[in-house]
Amino acid sequence: MSQDLPGRLPRSFTTPGTSSFLDFLATHDPSLLPHGRALPAGEAPALTAVPHATTIVALTYDGGMVMAGDRRATAGSMIASRHIEKVFPADEYSAIGIAGTAGLALELVRLFQLELEHYEKIEGTLLSLDGKANRLATMVRGSLGLAMQGLAVVPLFGGYDLQREKGRIFSFDVTGGRYEETEYHAVGSGSTFARGSLKKLWWPGMNAGDAVRTAVHALVDAADDDSATGGPDATRRIWPVVAVVSAAGYLRVEDHALSDVVTQIEGLRRAEDHGGVVR
Amino acid sequence: MSMPFYVSPEQLMKDRADYARKGIARGRSVVVLQYDDGIAFATENPSRALHKISEIYDRIAFAAVGKYNEFENLRVAGVRYADLRGYSYDRADVNARGLANAYAQTLGTVFTTESKPLEVELVVAEVGVTPETDQIYRLSYDGSVADEHGHVVMGGQAETLSVALGESWEPGMDLAGVVRLAVRVLGSTADGEDRTLSPQQLEVAVLDRTRPRRAFRRLPAPLLAELLGRDQAAGEADGRHGAAEDAAQELAERPVPGEPATTDAGADEATDEQV
Repeated sequence: MSQDLPGRLPRSFTTPGTSSFLDFLATHDPSLLPHGRALPAGEAPALTAVPHATTIVALTYDGGMVMAGDRRATAGSMIASRHIEKVFPADEYSAIGIAGTAGLALELVRLFQLELEHYEKIEGTLLSLDGKANRLATMVRGSLGLAMQGLAVVPLFGGYDLQREKGRIFSFDVTGGRYEETEYHAVGSGSTFARGSLKKLWWPGMNAGDAVRTAVHALVDAADDDSATGGPDATRRIWPVVAVVSAAGYLRVEDHALSDVVTQIEGLRRAEDHGGVVR
Repeated sequence: MSMPFYVSPEQLMKDRADYARKGIARGRSVVVLQYDDGIAFATENPSRALHKISEIYDRIAFAAVGKYNEFENLRVAGVRYADLRGYSYDRADVNARGLANAYAQTLGTVFTTESKPLEVELVVAEVGVTPETDQIYRLSYDGSVADEHGHVVMGGQAETLSVALGESWEPGMDLAGVVRLAVRVLGSTADGEDRTLSPQQLEVAVLDRTRPRRAFRRLPAPLLAELLGRDQAAGEADGRHGAAEDAAQELAERPVPGEPATTDAGADEATDEQV
């Protein structure tokens, strides 16, 4: 950049061609990118002490999709946070949930949100849902080096497809593999239990209310069997983050509505004196 | 042996300034007006894809006149500047003053060191919590910055329109009021033969201070027609508020997803034009 004159915006700012914030950062200042940083070689045993985010579930319903995440972050066997939020709006019509190393995952979310907004402002149009998912896959693949050192980040992405007019869900692996899930999916430490729960509770043609209830139910099942997943906490009034994405955009379900859902689920599961089955 | 001609620095700068001014005056004007709930931008622009008014950041917008390729380049640079700053610090730390300074330095450096000045004039505006905290910066082709209040006209017959606007604009006008005023002023000509601009010929956008995060919204033609139409139907006195409230209502609803991407045909048409 020897041509840069003092005071003037650097050449990298006025170079036409890319609508991507990541590509711009890569030419302007790669050290700001997660994969632009060098890590010490070898295993990193002390890193179990950094917070990890746990379970995210997502399911489609008739007219959109619902994503929900519990509120617990763990560091080893300790609870690092009871309040962490792991489901975010990626833009007006999509949501992203994260599992894995919390610090890196939150940075990934921030960059991804910015990437979508940047594209929207420069191009004057939204990326397609597939375009967004592909972009996220590239970003996850860029962090493969970190993942191989034990700092994996696994997002779950979903949104309302304005062209196809339906909700869609995409899962990813650490190598940047992108897989479309047609019905439901879960990621994180409690995902095995959540997926088992969703398998029994999901049905085609459910409405938004059913979907929210099913998502919370799956999180309760995950929290039941996985110590790293936090269940709804009625004492502290901490409820999962539940987002509904439909043609009307991203909408977070309010706490008082979740409180009712949780009470309802607790009622269903309450053990009866005469040896009733606890689900 | 031939001697190079001596050109005095005064003459050199004057020639460049004249060149830039001529280019800017060829295009159509953009007007920027403050109203009670924000800042409105309006211009005559038949293109739906090649914008002269754009979003830069949450509370910041950009309007330009002159050569499309030059101000488009500055717009993209501004979006990159704002997004980088918001990413490095926080969204709250991005402000119009910093961006206006960066633009001013760029325009000034190009004006003095490069063979051709940029034929553009810009407005960078930031909407605040109250009308008093709104910021409007007007930047010229030579890098000079003016901190404006109330209303600004750039490009075309800027001086004539500015006088007309100054006579009718007053603080605390509502959205319908400023949009009607802007359209009337944009349609006026020096020889007194005023044109009536239809919503399809207009590009109008607002920075609405009542919106939560991203304050920038374009006003699509149907909404504009409503804002303008009430004027003729219901008269000055009682039509004012109804239209403004309807518009505010519609603004508060979900945003329209982005418009279709720039088509090649549209781009070809306007590449050499001063838009």
